[in-house]
Amino acid sequence: MFGNLIPHPLLTLLIVVVWILLNGFSWGAAVLGLILGIVVPRLTSAFWPDRPVVRSPLTIIEYAAIVLTDIVVANFQVAYLILFRRGEDLHSQFVTVPLDLRTPEAISTLAGTITMTPGTVSASLSADGRSLLVHCLDTDDPEKTVSDIKARYESRLKRIFER
Amino acid sequence: MTDFGDIAVAGLICLGAFFLFVGSLGLAKLPDLMRRLHGPTKATTLGIGAVLIASMLYFLLNGDTFSIQELLITTFLFLTAPVTALMVAKAHLLLDKSERKNLSPTGRKVDWSVFDAPPPEQSQGSPSKDS
Repeated sequence: MFGNLIPHPLLTLLIVVVWILLNGFSWGAAVLGLILGIVVPRLTSAFWPDRPVVRSPLTIIEYAAIVLTDIVVANFQVAYLILFRRGEDLHSQFVTVPLDLRTPEAISTLAGTITMTPGTVSASLSADGRSLLVHCLDTDDPEKTVSDIKARYESRLKRIFER
Repeated sequence: MTDFGDIAVAGLICLGAFFLFVGSLGLAKLPDLMRRLHGPTKATTLGIGAVLIASMLYFLLNGDTFSIQELLITTFLFLTAPVTALMVAKAHLLLDKSERKNLSPTGRKVDWSVFDAPPPEQSQGSPSKDS
């Protein structure tokens, strides 16, 4: 019964905290945030049947630090490509990243990370959810791009969400 | 507010403006849609990020309040930007038939999810993906 009332406790907590941060703290905001925190997860629970399990919270901090560093470094590389190279000369191509991840939350996080990291955009998932289509802006070595993605991001996500 | 704070805020705004400009330039200059898609995702990360950090720093140094809303804006952008890019990419793959020959193979028995239906559920109950 309790599980039906609050299908995703962490999501409820997150909504309350975000609502209070958005509006400044007052008891009215806290109550309204709590109402939203109960209603929204219930309305959306049909789209999100499983509850993700976070196995290694400390790895999340490590993961966030690595992704932020990569975003800053790669931003400069892509800025260089856009400013000083002709668009037609860029060696753009699609590459396939075979996935070891199985949980939908982990795959979504990986796809989002790949898009936010400059130089790569995730475009599609295979119909069985086992490989990811990634577009690279400029790469001469597709295998290295794929192994970088797997080593830097996927292995850590696997530690966070699975295993 | 110290001079050093002023310089830091101004520098961050310039950095943010530079990357926002480069992102927009990439959107205008690059030759095809998939390459163009790289521009806006760049602008939302470091460009907006630097401007928001400058805003936080400004309000922090002016002694008013520590303003947390900027962090929320960053979080929302990081959550929504990849979804938008993915939707644009999928629509492009469906609409532009000539792009399909450029795709790399899935390495699986099935095709990419924009073209192919998910296979029937496995017996061991692996999580099914909606397309």
